[in-house]
Amino acid sequence: MFKVSIKKFFKYWDKINTKQSLRVSGNRVVRKGYTTLTIDGFEIKAPVGEILAVTLFVNGILTLKYSSRKKEPRGLFCLMGSCQECLVLVNDRIVLACQEIVEEGIIIKTGINK
Amino acid sequence: MTKINPNDIQNVDLVVLGAGPAGVAAANVASQEGADVVIIDENSSAGGQIYRAPPNEFKPHDSFKSDEYQEGEKQRKILKNSNVKALFKHRVWSISSDLVVSIVGPNGLSSLHTRSLIIANGALERIIPFPGWTTPGVIGLAASTILLKSQFVLPGQSTVVAGCGPLLIAVANGIIKSGGKVSAIIDLNSKSDWIKASPRLLSRPDQLFKGMSWFANIMKAGIKIYGGHAVTNTKQVDNVLKISIAPINSAGSIILDSKYKKIVEGDCLAIGHGLFPSTEITRLLKAKHIYDPHKGGWVPLIDDDFRSSIPGVYIAGDATGISGAFSAVQKGRIAGMTAVRDLNLMSSKKYKVKIKSERTTLKKNENFGKAAVILMKFRSELIQTITSETIVCRCEDVYRSEIDEAIESGARDMNQLKAWTRCGMGPCQGRTCSEAIEAILASKVGSRELAGQWTGRTPFRPIPIDQIIGEYSYDDIPIPKAAPL
Repeated sequence: MFKVSIKKFFKYWDKINTKQSLRVSGNRVVRKGYTTLTIDGFEIKAPVGEILAVTLFVNGILTLKYSSRKKEPRGLFCLMGSCQECLVLVNDRIVLACQEIVEEGIIIKTGINK
Repeated sequence: MTKINPNDIQNVDLVVLGAGPAGVAAANVASQEGADVVIIDENSSAGGQIYRAPPNEFKPHDSFKSDEYQEGEKQRKILKNSNVKALFKHRVWSISSDLVVSIVGPNGLSSLHTRSLIIANGALERIIPFPGWTTPGVIGLAASTILLKSQFVLPGQSTVVAGCGPLLIAVANGIIKSGGKVSAIIDLNSKSDWIKASPRLLSRPDQLFKGMSWFANIMKAGIKIYGGHAVTNTKQVDNVLKISIAPINSAGSIILDSKYKKIVEGDCLAIGHGLFPSTEITRLLKAKHIYDPHKGGWVPLIDDDFRSSIPGVYIAGDATGISGAFSAVQKGRIAGMTAVRDLNLMSSKKYKVKIKSERTTLKKNENFGKAAVILMKFRSELIQTITSETIVCRCEDVYRSEIDEAIESGARDMNQLKAWTRCGMGPCQGRTCSEAIEAILASKVGSRELAGQWTGRTPFRPIPIDQIIGEYSYDDIPIPKAAPL
């Protein structure tokens, strides 16, 4: 199923741990519940109800797919279902990450067209 | 409001596409007059992009609730207390000329026939390409507002905010208010452009005051504003975006001389060059369109009462021309009343009285909106930033050089260009690149009218094949009896 290289592990570890969260929190916003989902083999905690594209973005996973002809990296761009650049696999179905909501236990794979 | 199953209904008086401010107003007023109304939106609740609702699970503190949040809550309540039938999380992917609306939702495909149709699908964001605009981490200003307002997420640790218009200030202010850092603001408009637009802004002093307080926040935070500058290049170096900017001279061209080039840095570039009306549905229906830069670009031709050139089809909100969320409400109400009037559900006397007061408010709000349009209308100098090695069509990876080559070889309108280069042929249906490609072609053939528009095609948005098929197992396939031997 998944071959997770050490390099990839460190890439994600770096991104997750060196960045201060982009989520506004504290006394400004309360997010009711967190759940666990799997992104490219790694378990990540995310608030229930968040847009999946935003969860990926906040975790520093900016490249979501590759363009069809030149295989260039692409990611979140319009966030409203128009540009079709945030395609990912959720539970093995191709979906727009900006139209999906975080749910418990979903399995996300990035890198379509790689 | 009742949530419905699309398979339970076949015929209605009115379908409203889009549950933003215009759609909600139109649906509500039509339903009050007794029409059987269905409103359809791909999001899970009303508000459109401007008043997009945060998830139910997120609770902002009272002091952190924006005016847009409050207004959105108000509109969602209006819809909730109405008799409108709502289809949220449903996407319209086609509409036939006899007004059969094809819908795809969580439970697969469905369709319904309507006597009239109000299109309130709003606007799209124009982002004119420059080298590096496809880099992950470069996002739209509109996307940034969704991050900030509905997700309570900052676009970056240090964001460069670029482009033009009210969204530029709204995003910068939103980041500051949320405790984030704006590394620089790159504004296409110079100070004098803002001053020129200001008299119109006086038509809504309350909003002018709000805008000025946003400006004050930006000044207080000590953010460097590059007025009259354009982004010309973005390169990613070790998770940092190095963004080149260049000044625009008074003759309206970007000075590309490296002497004037400056570089700003950030981990996110939020950029947008204004909004333009969404015409994908009206193009498919073959409605007449006109190009009007003061309305944001191509708009469907409408009469004073918001009827399109197609009988039974009405347009409301920013889809009739950009003028903002306040005027969208009146546009929606007028379109809604006209639709029920045409269905003979409202007396002409009542119609005349009601429409008059709406028009007065519309005029005031539209005046305010027009100031915003002046600040974000298409600027032809931006074509200079599309170098020949720049990808213009993101879906099909079509370079500027390929587009120029096709024009050189004789492509004279948008559809020819599409057929020759595949630009606009990808899954976004040209929504992302049409403005840039039309502008490039128009600069060669003389005008936007001569360049024309891409023919509207279905599906408006890609539909996964499994949704078309729906729930099925191999047992559902009828096996014909074997022929006798």
